[in-house]
Amino acid sequence: MPDPSQVPGAKTDTVARTLLVALFVSLLCSSLVASAAILLKPRQVENAIVEMRRNILEVAGLWAPEAQVDELFRSIEPRVVELATGAYADDIGPEAYDLVEAAKDPAQSVEIPSELDVAKVGRRAKHALVYLVRRDGEISRIILPISGYGLWSTLYGFLALEADGNTVSDITFYAHGETPGLGDFIVKPAWRELWRGKRAFDDSGVLELRVVKGRVSADDPLADYHVDGVSGATLTGNGVSNIIKYWLGDHGYGPFLQNIQAGESP
Amino acid sequence: MSSDTKRALLKPIVDDNPVTLHVLGICSALAVTTSLLPSLYMCVALTVVAALSNAAVSAIRHILPSSIRIIVQMTIIASLVIVVDESLKAFAFETSRELSVFVGLIITNCIVLGRTESFASKNPVGLSFLDGIGNGLGYSTILILVATSRELLGAGTLLGYTIFPNAADGGWYKPNGMMLLPPSAFFVIGLIIWAVRTWKAEQVEKPEFQIHEVHRTEAL
Repeated sequence: MPDPSQVPGAKTDTVARTLLVALFVSLLCSSLVASAAILLKPRQVENAIVEMRRNILEVAGLWAPEAQVDELFRSIEPRVVELATGAYADDIGPEAYDLVEAAKDPAQSVEIPSELDVAKVGRRAKHALVYLVRRDGEISRIILPISGYGLWSTLYGFLALEADGNTVSDITFYAHGETPGLGDFIVKPAWRELWRGKRAFDDSGVLELRVVKGRVSADDPLADYHVDGVSGATLTGNGVSNIIKYWLGDHGYGPFLQNIQAGESP
Repeated sequence: MSSDTKRALLKPIVDDNPVTLHVLGICSALAVTTSLLPSLYMCVALTVVAALSNAAVSAIRHILPSSIRIIVQMTIIASLVIVVDESLKAFAFETSRELSVFVGLIITNCIVLGRTESFASKNPVGLSFLDGIGNGLGYSTILILVATSRELLGAGTLLGYTIFPNAADGGWYKPNGMMLLPPSAFFVIGLIIWAVRTWKAEQVEKPEFQIHEVHRTEAL
């Protein structure tokens, strides 16, 4: 160790000087960080929108790495749905409808009763934006935006159902803050593959789809409705289960899916 | 180039390498080296942060009170890391998702704080800047070596282009999946350190203790 008086800056160690330097450095650093955040925001927002659309295309089964996202996205039909009745609300243009902003606006959203709010969504918009994929004019997939709390963060994603409004075709999460290397199994292709062909509702219409702890056992009578969890990331798995439970429930897309199952699809 | 600048820039590449000699920055070297592209971004990110934080700390070294110097250095490093992280999110979105938390963790990378504290707080701005670049290059050398061997042996590709045709697609190479797992980075770094210390024997550390040979008579 060198003699402390030899250390550079030792003679500048008065209280006033120390405070002044601390203040100066903090001001400089905070303005640097703030200006970077503000200047780069527009590009980041643009990236986030492209990423969201890429995820929609992926669960729609239309994603091709070489193609332009915007180009492909035109083949997807966004529709606004009134969640309480499950009917299409075509008076609201889907292009201008911002789901996230609507959920914050008291006039356009409702508070979710706490006993129903298993996914800790808080408020949700009265109207949801769903995406329809058509093949030869017939609906082939229904893509539902879902969100809710995992272990650390709010997960945002999409659940894609087949035209029957019951069979799962894919699930994806485009924004999350779960533990890297552990809770982020929710975005791994191998895990998403497990969802394919699972069913959401049983024959009497009860929602059974969820993530279980560990592997789905071979003798599980509900194996068609259960998806493997990951040990060490049980709470993230529970979060996904809660998200499914809320959004496919009666307070979520339940009425809309019943309409679809009853064959009322324009 | 004067001998000082040359030394600041080139010495950390082999003779004073932060990873192989000081064994710093190992955590990120394990995490991001499964493929070459994210490793290259990580190298650039660390080099930029190391160079700029060295220059900034050096610039204020005469007015910096020693009682708060570490926290001030951390503040400068953290601010630069946030700027780099935000820029990656804006301009290299895909890669920034792959690197996830590891860009943010440059804040805790011992190489950066190590250089600001041991070099930049005692040396002029220009030389400190070069020292930061040099250490960034030293770190990059190892990261690129590790990432190249891991991606090549683990997936048969480099930067996503096929080098060894995969057996599953009709080629001859059967990828070694273990190379994609974190422990293999330890093996590769270990082999690199072994190779460097065989070449430059002066880097071999003295044993911290020697097992004392006990004579049978002594033990009794």
